[in-house]
Amino acid sequence: MVLWNQQVENITREEIEQLQLERLQATVNRVYRSVAFYREIFDEKGIVPEDIDSLSKLSILPFTSKKTLIENYPYGMFAVPLREVVRLQCTSGPEGQPIVIGYTRNDINHWTDISARILAAGGINREDIVQICLDYGLFGGGIGFHYGAELIGASVIPGPDLDPVRQLLIMRDYRTTALISTPSFALKLIAAIKEKGISLANLNLKIGILTGEPLSESTRSRIEEELRIKVISSYGPSEIPGPKVATECEKRSGLHIFEDQFIPEIIDPRTGEVLPFGEEGELVLTTITKEAFPLIRYRTGDLTFLDQSPCSCGRSLIRMHGVTGRTDDMVIVNGVGFFPTQINRILAQVEGAEPHFRLIIDREGTRDVVNIMVEVSESIFFDEMKKLQQLKVQIEEKIYQVLGIKANVKLVEKDSLSEVEPKKVVVDRRLK
Amino acid sequence: MLKVRNLKSFYGYLQALRGVSIHVEEGEIVALIGANGAGKTTLLNSIAGIISSKKGQILFKDKDITHFPPQQIVKQGISLVPEGRQLFTPLSVMDNLILGAYQRYKRKNKDNIEADLDRVFHFFPILRERRKQLAGTLSGGEQQMLAIARALMSKPKLLLLDEPSMGLAPKVVKEIFRIILELQKEGTTIFLVEQNAKMALGIANRGYVIETGRIVIQGSSQELLGNKEIRRAYLGRGYKKVWE
Repeated sequence: MVLWNQQVENITREEIEQLQLERLQATVNRVYRSVAFYREIFDEKGIVPEDIDSLSKLSILPFTSKKTLIENYPYGMFAVPLREVVRLQCTSGPEGQPIVIGYTRNDINHWTDISARILAAGGINREDIVQICLDYGLFGGGIGFHYGAELIGASVIPGPDLDPVRQLLIMRDYRTTALISTPSFALKLIAAIKEKGISLANLNLKIGILTGEPLSESTRSRIEEELRIKVISSYGPSEIPGPKVATECEKRSGLHIFEDQFIPEIIDPRTGEVLPFGEEGELVLTTITKEAFPLIRYRTGDLTFLDQSPCSCGRSLIRMHGVTGRTDDMVIVNGVGFFPTQINRILAQVEGAEPHFRLIIDREGTRDVVNIMVEVSESIFFDEMKKLQQLKVQIEEKIYQVLGIKANVKLVEKDSLSEVEPKKVVVDRRLK
Repeated sequence: MLKVRNLKSFYGYLQALRGVSIHVEEGEIVALIGANGAGKTTLLNSIAGIISSKKGQILFKDKDITHFPPQQIVKQGISLVPEGRQLFTPLSVMDNLILGAYQRYKRKNKDNIEADLDRVFHFFPILRERRKQLAGTLSGGEQQMLAIARALMSKPKLLLLDEPSMGLAPKVVKEIFRIILELQKEGTTIFLVEQNAKMALGIANRGYVIETGRIVIQGSSQELLGNKEIRRAYLGRGYKKVWE
């Protein structure tokens, strides 16, 4: 195990909490002084910075949403004058509205340090040749890793904007040992290898750091097998900076959040209430070292849950589960909100595996009607009507019990859903 | 070693500290910088027990010392070098030093105190030369040295220094800071309050910036030196607009 920042990565709980409290208080003092949005909303709610006398008081502070960032474009959320900003990156809102994010010199240094932590967690050291196939432009996904890899002392190949075939040729000729890309780009590389008939024996690749998109276990094992590499993933929304808020370690059982830089909370996206540890909800992040673009309780829109149990890798930092969905995916039926991933989990509990399903919502009069088509595993034979009927009732009851909605479940044969159009998990026909 | 959580200190109705949290690890030099009236001395005096009107928590080696009286705090191993030295000017250098060991002197361990005097004279040879002289007749730099030496006589594990550079010539300041570094090497942990931000961060491992009773910036000395806001905090003026 290699820890890039030993001092932080296996810090004790008591030490990290003292550090977080100090940094949170300093951040709150700064935003109250320097960011009009926060000062106004604090005043409106009657909050003064010294109310934050413990970490648990974080929950009295208002949320920051992407909408806020869009409304305060371009510089409204900056906490320092531009002359102290050394970098501007950007990201965008749901309809392409621009959001600009500033970094001071110290912000860049922190960003570089956490990038190095991610790379070291993947096993990258100064001997490695790192090929970065991520965007280097305004979005900043690639450039953070670039700085981090250079800090470690690895040899860096900045390879954005090249097609998979040319990336492969570089990979072969330069003897790249580590690939940094999105999961989907790694899949494109695999396709290109097959298409061009390049032999894996000619590649020196051993590590993949895949980021920017959720990575399913099946995609991970496929990439690991086909490229013969070990893959870890990292997480982070671009406005925080992405994707460098949390990283998997070699144990790959969740992503360690860099708690010296960000304080995570999990909230119920419907009520905004903080949920106890282990419960699934929306991830909310507060930055506690950012100088130029500090964010208080930023709603990421990503659904996950936190795990405080110690990890066998030795890092003491809290872990988040890989993102299971987006709050934007929330479906509201007859006034009750739920997430398709919750159906996923119920089916997994009942059937023992995560089956494919399709959620179809119609409106009949003033009522919403939910039909769920569920693929049944081969172990259940379709001639056993009684068993099928039992299973159907069991799923319906469980859904009602957990989500409080009445759904009609229809069991279908395995692999039959892939032929049903449209190919979306949720088909909402209420608007038509 | 020292953990301060959420400290609020008051002078009568006037609140001077507004929820300050800081920590000092064993073996560190930590600097607290800020403008006049920001609350630097208040924080030190609160830790040392001189200000008793306070809320929050001060832990020293995991012991809650928030409401300990000053003499108890000295006994725990914290010693303050106060702002403006506060020497007993009509007394000799030697008497000032022995008074620094007052806590232990009563317990009649004269030999230990002799050894400590030797140690202190090793750091400040000039004080040995002047040991019979009245403290009030020393130069500014020598007085500062005596103030530090007197604090060392209680054998502190944590030394609190309030503006050691105040009113001294640059050359003397350099010498004082060299000695502070030496004290750190010998195992004393140091929490230092300074207006001379550059000098203080030059020797400190970490630092905090205080502004009107609130910590606004914290980080490694390197980070703080790289932060242009430090100059602003130090000068006590702010910009109004982002694009200024």
